[in-house]
Amino acid sequence: MTDAKRGDFIQVHKVILEPDQRMEGLPPSTKSVPYECWIKGFLIDEKANKGDKVRIETFIGREISGTMDLVNPVYEHNFGAPQREILPIGNEVKRQLKEK
Amino acid sequence: MARKKDILNKATGIDYGKFEKSPIAFDYEKLMNSCGYSLEDVQEIFLQTGVGKTPLIELRNLARLIRSVSPPGKGCRIYVKDEAANPSGSFKDRRAALSVYHAKKLGYEGVVTASSGNYGAAVASQADKWGLKAIVLQEVYDSRRVGQPEILEKTRACEAYGAEVWQLTVGPELFYIMLRVLEDTGFFSASLYVPTSVLGIETLGYEVANQILEQEGRFPDVVLITHAGGGNVTGTARGLRKAGSTQTTVVGVSVDLRGLHMASDSDFNRKSFTTGHSGFGIPFLIWPDRTDVPRNCARGLRYLDRYALVSQGEVFYTTELLAKLEGMERGPAGNTSLAGAIAIAKEMDKDQILVVQETEYTAAGKLPSSQLTFAKENGIQVRRGDPRENTPGESIIIPERVDQIAVEDFSMDKIRQSYIEKVIKTAEGYGLTEDDERFLAEDSKSSLDRVREVIHSSQTIRPNRSQELGV
Repeated sequence: MTDAKRGDFIQVHKVILEPDQRMEGLPPSTKSVPYECWIKGFLIDEKANKGDKVRIETFIGREISGTMDLVNPVYEHNFGAPQREILPIGNEVKRQLKEK
Repeated sequence: MARKKDILNKATGIDYGKFEKSPIAFDYEKLMNSCGYSLEDVQEIFLQTGVGKTPLIELRNLARLIRSVSPPGKGCRIYVKDEAANPSGSFKDRRAALSVYHAKKLGYEGVVTASSGNYGAAVASQADKWGLKAIVLQEVYDSRRVGQPEILEKTRACEAYGAEVWQLTVGPELFYIMLRVLEDTGFFSASLYVPTSVLGIETLGYEVANQILEQEGRFPDVVLITHAGGGNVTGTARGLRKAGSTQTTVVGVSVDLRGLHMASDSDFNRKSFTTGHSGFGIPFLIWPDRTDVPRNCARGLRYLDRYALVSQGEVFYTTELLAKLEGMERGPAGNTSLAGAIAIAKEMDKDQILVVQETEYTAAGKLPSSQLTFAKENGIQVRRGDPRENTPGESIIIPERVDQIAVEDFSMDKIRQSYIEKVIKTAEGYGLTEDDERFLAEDSKSSLDRVREVIHSSQTIRPNRSQELGV
């Protein structure tokens, strides 16, 4: 079974610079890691598995190659958990306005 | 270096060399006018895509709350310009609209921009309107592939508008990727710092001045502007002047992130604000030409009267006030200057008028709840208390009361001096002329005497330093 077939919406990964190719003068935590990139698009190859070198067509129709990373990548950012440090603020100030 | 200049000249349609006057000075106004658009032209172009003409809303409940903690007679009126009403949800549409239109007019097939903020979405949205392709380069992840939630939201927005998005890890090498993409595609560089970008923002200051004039019969006393790269301050202040609002005090406000290194992989996710912060605000005032174009048209130091810092916790608190008292749930960019407004309104007379000149849309990733959840996951302490006790990257202190909101004034004189010293240093060995001194005075809003004083002191210090070093 293959992870993705032609036309599937996928994300590719590219290492743009290895640590030794990175700019001089960077903070150590940046200089010691590769410079990486992820781009989404539609798989051009007939089929592919995660980790394969593939080509994609991006939203604007450009062809880009990279290593297949995710199929149908999900946006995972969210609204967060309720925060007790901010939840009472509204009632606090409303009470203050009423008292005045 | 020469290749870089060629790529940028080609990608902006501007021969920047034409405006250079010396190793120090260039003709700023000539560069600003080089694209041939008047303010009226820009307004007409904006009408075609629904950019601008946003409502100006008085925040009466918030002003009442501020008065309740101000000295008698203090606590001024506060207006906010609801820029979230622009097509992609922020004032950045003004910044993108003219550049994309200009790219279309010059015959480019697409536009490229480097932005982890609203500007990317604005460029993508305007590219849709004018039938161009858009590529957005974003610094999103640290090396663990943990993305800042606000930037993840910007990726989503850009892709929703059909842009090709490059999600990059932390690093200033983004600039080289930008050059490579520009060279590969032949697209227009919709840099934040080209003349058309700043000209677009002039409409914002112009509208603010005229809306207040129409409603109140006079110009605003103070306008607060969230400051990062300098475009918002520059464009707004120029627009105010063009409307005749020349006596208005222009205040820049940034979130205080001093101590966090902007190019550091390990610091990247220790902040809850991805723009409008001091990590951009201070360096861009001291050295505006650090950008992706040879000369930056966003020159905040020319226009700022005052520069104020607020803490992350104060902005979260303010975001709650705007939602709960005024029924406006908006994003962090405008709420940064709104936090500053709460502090500054307490100093101002009751009948004076203060304008916060932007709001932005909010969404998953941008809300205080998303950011505070993320902060806690990254080891940041979050608690209620005195906001002055906050340490960027370590703690976020949410105020307990509105009277605790205060600004820290960053010394304008210190910034001006640093700017002049920086420029002199980059042109080391070159003998400054009177024209150069005049340029430095204009570019830093300093007197000619002050410029000469700084030049003199930096020249007299240097031989001493050399002696110390035994040179």
